[in-house]
Amino acid sequence: MIDQVRSHVAEKLEELDGVVALRRTSAGTAPSLFKKGDDVSQLELTPRYGLASIVSTLQKHDPEARLGVVARGCDVRALVEMAKRELVDPDRLFILGVACTAEEAEECHCADPAPHTEGWPESEVVGEPVAAGSPDPLVAEYDGMSLDERRDFWERQFAKCFKCYGCRNICPECFCESCALEDPLWVERGVLGPPFPVFHLIRAMHMAGRCVACRQCELTCPAHIPLTVLYDLMRRDVEDLLGYVPGQDIEALPPLSLNLEEAPLQQELE
Amino acid sequence: MDYHTVSTTCVYCGAGCGLWLEVLDGEIIGVLPDKEHPVSRGMLCIKGWNVASFVTHPDRLRTPLIRRGKAFEEASWDEALDLVAEKLTTARDKSGPDSVGFLASAKCTNEENYLIQKLARAVVRTNNVDHCARL
Repeated sequence: MIDQVRSHVAEKLEELDGVVALRRTSAGTAPSLFKKGDDVSQLELTPRYGLASIVSTLQKHDPEARLGVVARGCDVRALVEMAKRELVDPDRLFILGVACTAEEAEECHCADPAPHTEGWPESEVVGEPVAAGSPDPLVAEYDGMSLDERRDFWERQFAKCFKCYGCRNICPECFCESCALEDPLWVERGVLGPPFPVFHLIRAMHMAGRCVACRQCELTCPAHIPLTVLYDLMRRDVEDLLGYVPGQDIEALPPLSLNLEEAPLQQELE
Repeated sequence: MDYHTVSTTCVYCGAGCGLWLEVLDGEIIGVLPDKEHPVSRGMLCIKGWNVASFVTHPDRLRTPLIRRGKAFEEASWDEALDLVAEKLTTARDKSGPDSVGFLASAKCTNEENYLIQKLARAVVRTNNVDHCARL
């Protein structure tokens, strides 16, 4: 599959200004912009860095550039949500979707390890989509907890946090120029740990209708806080209450941008 | 438009976390944690995430500065090093080797820290060697 990806990219570089993908050099493998004439044998698919934010930055930097990106399912979902918020221009971005392997889907407990590019103006998909990974056992464990146990659980988890802001920095959907987590009104400066539960719940609330389960937050958290479980729960509620799954349908507007008449609740609140 | 990532090590503490500097058209625009780094494995602390902020910071020193009176004046490296050598020699010879203290740093390499303690012990002849955390 990697050879297919490389030759597709080499082809596309003839007409595009660049393709965002992972480049392997002697120093390691990291995101880079491949240009026409570059050695595409350096293109890799792992380790899994999120590429959606980089695309957004490059498009903002050069509003005329026509770019491409080698994107996994989660990258595509992130790009779809960014497109809805005008952070990415779909008309100037070609997506080369890459299906994850079964091992990768299982490692991520991914519910949808395939790039869905329906509705995106220009795209191609490489690789056969595999079945979803098994769900994260922590979610089932959490569901079995009483309210007190849940509070204790998060209290213990959030107490590990030392405010590196990595979760916020790496998230493709975090784009606010003035971030609530840096506002001394909500988060006092120079104090560790972060205020419980405000710090993490602010992020969780902001992830409603946005989190695409790319898991980059949890992968970069040095305290190993189970952030995907936190945002999974939020995502589940948004799906149950509003029938909305982030990244799934480029035509569906984010419900938090609409009022209750335009996006009614589909379930009674308990 | 040119975008690429440059591998480097965080300068702030002795952990030496690996990271990638994002460079867009010759300018550092951000930091990504290095997922393959054996020590940091894709994680960074808040200092690592902000390691690029000092590179083009307006307050960053660009030349050595020598204090004359109340003011700091720009100087060349030769001027500055000559002055330091002169003053260290004077302090050692007039007030004794133990009148001088040396503070090493986790931001320096092991090799640089070796050199400073060598300077302290072999040249100034004191073992007043400690770490900048004492400050």
